[in-house]
Amino acid sequence: MADRVRNTPEPSRELLSEADIGRVVDRIAHQILEKTRGAHNVTLLGIPTRGVPLAIRLAERIRSFEGVDVPHGALDVTLYRDDLRLRGARPLGPTSVPADGIDDRRVILVDDVLYSGRTVRAALNALYDVGRPLQVQLAVLVDRGHRELPIRADYVGKNIPTSHSEKVSVLLREIDDRDAVLLAGGEQNKQSTGGDK
Amino acid sequence: MITHLLSAADLDRDTATLLLDTARQLGAALSGREVKKLPTLRGRTVVNLFYEDSTRTRVSFEAAAKRLSADVVNFSAKGSSVSKGESLKDTAWTLQAMGADAVVIRHPASGAPHRLAQWVDGSVLNAGDGTHEHPTQALLDAYTMRERMGRVEGLRVAIVGDVLHSRVARSNVLLLNTLGAEVTLVAPPTLLPVGVESWPVKVSYDFDELLPKTDVVMMLRVQRERMGDSFFPSVREYSRRYGLDVRRAAMLPEHGLVMHPGPMVRGMEIAPEVADSPRSAIVEQVANGVLVRMAALYLLLSGEKSGEKGAAE
Repeated sequence: MADRVRNTPEPSRELLSEADIGRVVDRIAHQILEKTRGAHNVTLLGIPTRGVPLAIRLAERIRSFEGVDVPHGALDVTLYRDDLRLRGARPLGPTSVPADGIDDRRVILVDDVLYSGRTVRAALNALYDVGRPLQVQLAVLVDRGHRELPIRADYVGKNIPTSHSEKVSVLLREIDDRDAVLLAGGEQNKQSTGGDK
Repeated sequence: MITHLLSAADLDRDTATLLLDTARQLGAALSGREVKKLPTLRGRTVVNLFYEDSTRTRVSFEAAAKRLSADVVNFSAKGSSVSKGESLKDTAWTLQAMGADAVVIRHPASGAPHRLAQWVDGSVLNAGDGTHEHPTQALLDAYTMRERMGRVEGLRVAIVGDVLHSRVARSNVLLLNTLGAEVTLVAPPTLLPVGVESWPVKVSYDFDELLPKTDVVMMLRVQRERMGDSFFPSVREYSRRYGLDVRRAAMLPEHGLVMHPGPMVRGMEIAPEVADSPRSAIVEQVANGVLVRMAALYLLLSGEKSGEKGAAE
């Protein structure tokens, strides 16, 4: 999960523009339709903060491509994180599970950045307290590498090889007033750290 | 975030709002789930230290801690070393040696939680001290108002009855003032504390006149167990002048909300018909208590590794 308020940092490079993000989301929606054979029985759950608008966008795209209504919601994982003791209490994000629940459904978790994999680990635990899905898949806008757990995404918007000292920021219109993926820091800027750790 | 929750005055507006928002998200996270339990405080120990009788608050704190997967140790004065004459300080050291991460204390002496907070390393949560404060009750009341009315700011709240002996009233006045509500106390002059004119409230002796201009009316129990002498001539007279009966409840505006921290004395400060009416939020108050206490435990206990208090990001 990323910080709530995202101030555009120091000198940053744009990795994906607004148009790029639009195309990437289109592609993931198509891949979901292809891989799940028409998205029947699929429920999209976004991980707050920026996974939630992404899940909504994917649901909209799937509806406009094939006319399928995919239930979508939000799943906050803060209370399941393994670093609460280290990093202090944080405000909780919203949780809303679609009325039909997730039992025997194909749940696709949606997040903005895949980094250490710890957020996804927390999400899996949260999910199994909510119900028993038939299958769980993962869709992310950016995979920046550096996994610390055996987790991989089923749908990836863009693979971006990064170093730990770089910072990937995903900006989305619904929250940040514009769409962009930015890369900041690196060699010249050592203090910054990354998105989803 | 604060380390202890001793007084509603410790909560500034941002912290209080964070607590209420967190309670709300917890409610959303748990609603409709099969497993109503979160792993957040796994391995943490919460001690319930109750020197005074309580049903609601103790059960509520216990449920809150258990839903967050903390280990709960219940300790009541009866049947413990306290009845053999152990002092609060010695009890505190015992708890300290046991490694309590949080101590929830109810004590008949005002200020006991403040003393305890100096003796133990864990977080201390005041669950009611004498006639002083009961901050989590104020939080759950504010939460209930916000859920029912959509806001707390600008609400006209009347707190009616035994203000003198009420820790609930004291904490509510402080918190509601912080959150921007307008509070009026209604009570016989004998049941108002000395120095009430310095509180951020208005005082009225005319309940009838006030009711149509009130959004929330909070009734208080007359705490006879704390009364040495008589503060009013008779129960009947008290009930006539300051009780919320059917006639008075009808004078509230359409959206008016009736609250009571419990335990109620039906027929004295509140009529049974009013307590059970749809405009009463008394049962919700109890349910909301668990969420608010979960929020308090979560915010106080997560992120504090022993010896590294407040080492946030």
